Formats: sequence, structure tokens, C-alpha cells
Amino acid sequence: MKKKNIISAILLFGAFIAVLTGCSNSKSSSSSSDSNASGKITAVGSTALQPLVEKAASNFQKDNSKISITVQGGGSGTGLSQVQDGSVAIGNSDIFAESKDGIDAKKLVDHKVAVVGMAPVVNKETGVKNLTMDQLKKIFTGKITNWKDVGGKDQEITVVNRAEGSGTRATFEDAVLGGDKAVKSQEQDSNGTVQKIVESTPGAISYLAFSYINDKVQAVSINDVKPTDANVETNDWPIWSYEHMYTKGEAKDATAKFLKYMDSSAVQKDLVGKMGYISIHDMKVQKDAKGTVSNK
Amino acid sequence: MHPKRTDKIATGIIYTVVFAVVAILVFLIGYILVNGVPDINWHFLTSQAQSFSAGGGIRDQLFNSLYLLVLTLIISFPIAMGAGIYLAEYAKDNWITDIIRTSIEVLSSLPSVVVGLFGYLLLVNQLNMGFSILSGAIALTFFNLPLLTRNIEESLNSVPGLQKEAGISLGLSDWKTITKIIVPEALPGILTGVILSSGRVFGEAAALIYTAGQSAPSVSYTNWNIFDPSSFLNPMRPAETLAVHIWKVNTEAVTPDAHAISSGSSAVLIIVILIFNLGARFIGNHIYKKMTAAK
Amino acid sequence: MDEIQRKLQQSSKATREDRLGRTICYTCIGLIIMLVTCILYFIASKGIATFTKDHVNVWQFITTSNWEPGNMDSKGHPMVGALPMIVTSFSVTLLAALVATPFAIGVAIFMTEISAKRGAKLLQPVIELLVGIPSVVYGFIGLSLIVPFIRHIFGGTGFGILSGTLVLFVMVLPTITSLTVDSLKAVPMHYRQASLALGATRWQTIYKVILRAATPGILTAIIFGMARAFGEALAVQMVIGNAILMPKNLVSPASTLTSKLTTDIGNTVMGTLPNDALWSLALILLLMSLFFNMLVRFIGKRGNIKNAS
Repeated sequence: MKKKNIISAILLFGAFIAVLTGCSNSKSSSSSSDSNASGKITAVGSTALQPLVEKAASNFQKDNSKISITVQGGGSGTGLSQVQDGSVAIGNSDIFAESKDGIDAKKLVDHKVAVVGMAPVVNKETGVKNLTMDQLKKIFTGKITNWKDVGGKDQEITVVNRAEGSGTRATFEDAVLGGDKAVKSQEQDSNGTVQKIVESTPGAISYLAFSYINDKVQAVSINDVKPTDANVETNDWPIWSYEHMYTKGEAKDATAKFLKYMDSSAVQKDLVGKMGYISIHDMKVQKDAKGTVSNK
Repeated sequence: MHPKRTDKIATGIIYTVVFAVVAILVFLIGYILVNGVPDINWHFLTSQAQSFSAGGGIRDQLFNSLYLLVLTLIISFPIAMGAGIYLAEYAKDNWITDIIRTSIEVLSSLPSVVVGLFGYLLLVNQLNMGFSILSGAIALTFFNLPLLTRNIEESLNSVPGLQKEAGISLGLSDWKTITKIIVPEALPGILTGVILSSGRVFGEAAALIYTAGQSAPSVSYTNWNIFDPSSFLNPMRPAETLAVHIWKVNTEAVTPDAHAISSGSSAVLIIVILIFNLGARFIGNHIYKKMTAAK
Repeated sequence: MDEIQRKLQQSSKATREDRLGRTICYTCIGLIIMLVTCILYFIASKGIATFTKDHVNVWQFITTSNWEPGNMDSKGHPMVGALPMIVTSFSVTLLAALVATPFAIGVAIFMTEISAKRGAKLLQPVIELLVGIPSVVYGFIGLSLIVPFIRHIFGGTGFGILSGTLVLFVMVLPTITSLTVDSLKAVPMHYRQASLALGATRWQTIYKVILRAATPGILTAIIFGMARAFGEALAVQMVIGNAILMPKNLVSPASTLTSKLTTDIGNTVMGTLPNDALWSLALILLLMSLFFNMLVRFIGKRGNIKNAS
């Protein structure tokens, strides 16, 4: 009797799962069968890029009501592995697919949609507004530990780094550390939290995307170059990276249409700037996956 | 007189402790409400969220949270009820029961991140359900179940054995005794459990980020066809809940009024839970009176 | 005749209902077991990959303190030492439970033994409300109130185990309290009556009878609280500092298993070592809670025997 019950329980659970899969399968097949002007696009990945894509998607859908676009966060790593598996159409990433282990970049097609500049930020109390590249490097590798050594007041430096493997950190380390290892310190994975921590912790230093820099934290110039969009466009400000939207193979149908829209002036001139990003069209230089910068 | 003095001292200590806890709670809730309530207005509750301009609202997030809660309860309550009855009434005191109990406890101690990722891999990817309310509801079921089961079992166990004996001696079957005598008697306790777990479901963010998703596509509230992707009732659409919204706004949003949105949302969350608690308590008492002879 | 015979031999409606009810219950419990097995298998298979596929030494994994899954050490082994996270997770959890338990028991006694009416009217709803505060909100309150407070008093950055403990204390309090209340309520009324009839004071009754009888239940409550503390991610992540260093003291930045997991999982690629290593952390999390459960079971059993004799 008891055994019978257990078996029936297992069967029931199986049936439950089967019904669920059945439901969802029928749904997805029905939506993907009619292609061309309609379809379902899922874009997953970088949380930093998410708001831009979301907004662009909702504008796009006003003219293309048959295409439904879902935008999700999850991080660049998730985005890249998902698009590589083919489970989503677009993988959003802050980082070149080439620089991620476990991703076969040859299978993916890169669509650069925006440029993001990043700048070191410090707590306002430190009294530091400018650093040389060398000082910055020494701070993040733990060789300088007091603000008085770089012209600030006598206060210990608290380094707040970004999560290992995040696009922001990779960009920063490429541009500043030049292959050296960062000192072990606090790590945070989101711009918002870093902003709050730097704002409230005496002696804190970290780095933020331009759009998150406000008047509560002090952005630092490097070698007297100010972190501005104009300086990024000419590469005078070296800490910047692309925002990528990857597809597996060439984009088709609805996806291609959407990516074309992302590159159109409607998005590039208006939305990108509003988000605090720099339009890909305004860049006078380009960077490849190895970090080599050349004139466009 | 020594024991009496000890009694007085102990009572005093207990009062102090209770006072301290109440103070903490009042402070916390007060802090959230004072910070948040000024930001709540009709516009905030009824307009769509904005990604990078001020003045966004939380209409969709609020609805999503409620809808997700309802779905989660629909899925998890019957299962937890059955399991609770099994543990309280049928389970024999042997190693199998031991294993069952342990595994339920293990389930409850799983970090919600892990549950979320499990849901992401199994439901979203393997079963092809995508980022959807249903995925979210099932993921929440995973960690709602143990709490609920445990609570139901305890409520059932706290019903005096006499009641059961009385039922059986009247010639009622086991099942009738359970459903007509024990469960109604335990109902207030069970309801408390449901409320407690609803609170957690409501405030859960980590498990939902990867299952129900972080985007709230605009939905039409007049479309009642649950199979239509734009319908507000469609369980297969992605849905950002209030708690996830708070998390997102605080971590990545570039909206200028992020602080107002997050404190306003927190206050709304607390208020909704408060309404929910009071409502459930009222309904619970009502049902209790109806199903038992108690006045 | 046949009609009557059939009717007599047929199982009654009540019996059929009984059987149906029983089947439903067994099905439900079966479902839960399936689910647990599913999750356990999933996490175990993912978590073990670090050791089987990437050939990391298990012992090394849990006893060294260098966590740089992206890099190799001089011998070509990946550097994944989870010790700092394990130590921090344990300290935060134990400390939070240690602080919260006396408070929880005090409140529970108040709610069941001293002033049941006020307890039910006032404390119950407030505690239920507390459970509903999302961990994100706790995190931000922690970040904007507790961290500066700790920094003010102890110096340093304010991030660290102490801040984590304080946030978790408030978070686990409702869990421990409500479960303790349940277990105190489950103590039969005649225990109290018997004790009072023997001339014991209220405190003697509470301390020597009720709390003793409820010990297994209270332990379970504490474990549930610890489980919540252990698994809590978002709130802790915001106040602990997330530095993968051995915690030197209670106010230096540290990192728990969960905070590391949340911070990094989105940035790693499925199937690579950094990702596998994170799943191993999840596995450790799981094994630790399993261990706690066993401990409680053991204590609970011994408590029961004492009560019986």
C-alpha cells in the first residue's frame, strides 16, 4: 500500500512537470513560428546596459507591436553564456566576449551600442581632486595607503573595488593597473551601492560609470585630464569600454531589426545621452578586444 | 522569599527585553514609514516605472507582487497542507520520517540565491518557461513549502489529542476527523503560518531576480485573456516585483529620484503587508467561527 | 441478495475518502521529497565539479584562504581557498543567533506566559510585519544607519562582521520568536497547572518546567533562525564589506559564502572554474546546514529522553 502510494506520488510529480513543459513549449513554438515582422526577443545580461535596452525596446515596440522584447539583467557572464547556449537571442555584456573564459567569441557577433566612461571617485573629505596614473595604480595595488602621500589629508585609504569578473573592474584594471594585481579589499557589484559607500565612508576610493557620478562624491582627474565625454571620445581619458549586444551568428528577422534600431540616431542621439552613455557614433577612436586603441 | 524575588527580577528582565524588541521594531517600521510615506501619492501608485527620468510609479510592480503571491499560495498551500497532515497524522516515528523532516529543514535553510539559480536553470532554461511569473511562483514555492509545512504540522499537533479521540469515538473516519475537527481547530495557527510566509514571499528579491525577472513590460489591465502576452493575468510574462524593484532602483538605477522611489516602495510594501495581515486575521476568525461551534 | 452482499462487501464511502485523503497526503510529501532530492542532486553535481573536473583539492578548498579563481598559483593549481568565507559565515550566524535568542525567548515567554492577550494583540502583528520587510530594505537601513554607527564607535570603515550580526539579529528575531512561541504554546496546560499547584512561582514554572519541556522546539526555532541568517544574502552583502580576507576582528571587512555567491554569480560563465567554485560554496552552505540539522536532531532526542524519565 505504502509503496504504491510513493510510486503514484512520483508519477504525479512527473505528470506535473510534463504538463508544465507542455504548456510552455506550445507557447514558445507558437510565437516563433511566424517570423518576419513579429517575434519574441529576449535580451539578457549586463545590469548596467539593461535600462537603456529596456527603454529602447519599449520605444521600438510602439512601431512594431508584433515584436515582443523582454530585457533582463543577470550580469555580463550570464548574458554571454546564455546567448552562447542559444537560450536567448541577445546577450548584453560590458565586456568583450574574447576576454571571458568559457566563451567562444568566434561564434558570437558583436554589436557595440554605446560607450561608457568610468572615473575614479573618492569621498569628498579626502581633499583629493587629481591623481597621476601612477598614484592611482599604487593606491589600488595597496602601495599607497594614506591620502597624505598623494596630497590629501592624513587619512587611511579605503579601497572599494568592483566584483571580480565584472566588466567595470576589467576595464578599470586594464586601463590603470596594467597587469598588476589589485590589493584585496572590499568588493561591491553595483554602481548604486558603490556610490553610497564612497559617499559615506571617510577615505574611500572606488570607480563609477560617468552616469552614476553625482555631486555627493568627488570624481578624480587623472594627470589633470578631466573625466568628460569629450575626453573619452578622443581617448584622452583612457578608462572607457563598450556596451555590447551579442548575437549567436548573424542576427535575423526581428532581432536584426531591433539591433538596427539600437544603432539608429533615435537611440544614439537621444536615449544613449540621457542614460549617461556616449554614443558610438561620436567616438573618434576605437578599441579592440585586446585593448589596442586606434583612430577610426 | 528568595524564589519570589527571583520571580520579580525575571519578570522585570522579560519586560525589559520585550520593551527593547518593541522599541527596535517601532523604530524600524517608523523609519521606513517616515521616510517613505511622504513619497506615496496617487500618481506614484498608478503610473508606470521610469528607467531614467523622475516621476516613475510602481503600478505594475505592486500588481506583480500581489499576483505572484497569489500564484505562489495556490501552488504551495495545498502541497504544504497535505505534507503537514501527513507529518502530523500519518507519519510513524521511524527513520523514514526522520529523513523527511531533515530534508524539509534542509530545504528551508537553502539560501534564496541558490533557490533562485536552481529555478533559473531548471524552470527558465530546461523547462523553457522563460522569465515568467510562473517560474517565480514555483521558485518561491520551493522555499515557501518547508516553512508552511512545518507550521501546519505544528498547528495540527497543538490540537489536543482529546479532540481526535472524540472524533474517532463518534465513529468518524480518520479523514473526516482530520478535515472536520482537527484542521478547523488548527486554522488560526495555520493562517498565521500562511501570513508569515506570505510576508517572506512579498519581500523576497534574491530568488526572483533570476526567475520572475527584472523587467516589467507594460501590460493591459483590461485584457482578461490569460493566454495573451499583454494581459495582466498571463502567468508566462516576465514580472518585476516590488522588492526586486527596490533592489534594482537602489543598485543600478540612474533615475534622479531613486531614493524617493525606494523608500516609497518600502513603505507601500509594509502597508500592504499590514493590510494583508489584518485581513487574513479577520477572515481567519470568521472561518474559525463558522467551521467550529466556538462563539 | 447479491445487492446486499455487494453493498456489505464494498468499502464504505468513509473508507474510500480515507484512502483518498491518505493518498493525497502521501503525494504531497512525495512531491517535497522529490523536490529536495532534485535540488540536492543539482547543487551537489554542480558543486563537486570543482573537485572532479577542475581537480581542486577538497582539503585545500576549505583550509586555504586565497580566493582568486581566475588565477593559478605557482604549481598550476587554481587558487580557490574558501576558508575566509566559511569562517565569516559561521561567525555571523552564530553571533546573530546568540544575540537574538535571549530576546526571542523573552518575547515568547511574554507572549505565552505573562500577557497572552497583549502579546497576541500587539506583538504578534508587529513580528509578522517584520518578517515581511524585504532583506533589501534591511540592507539599506544597515548601510545608512548601522554601518556609520559602528564606524563612529569602533573606527575603521564600519563594514564587517559586527554590522552583519546586527542586521541579521533583527532579521532572525521574528523567525526565532514566532517558532519559540509555537513551541511554548505546545507545552500542555497541565504542566503549568501541576507546577503552580506545587507552589512554584511563575518564574520557577517557566524556567524549570515550560522552557525544559519546550527545549527541542526552541532549538528548532534557533536553527531556523540560523538557517535564515546563514542563507541571507542581499542584506548581508551590503554591510559586510565583501573583502575576501580572513576576518581579523569584528569590524574589519569580510565576506560570507552567500555574499560572495550573490556578488559573483552573474559575472561568471556557466561551466568554467570560477562558476563551479561558486557552486562549491553553495554546496558548503548546504552541507553546513545539514550538519546543523543533525546537531539539533541529536540534542532534541536527548532532551526528549530526559523529559520522559
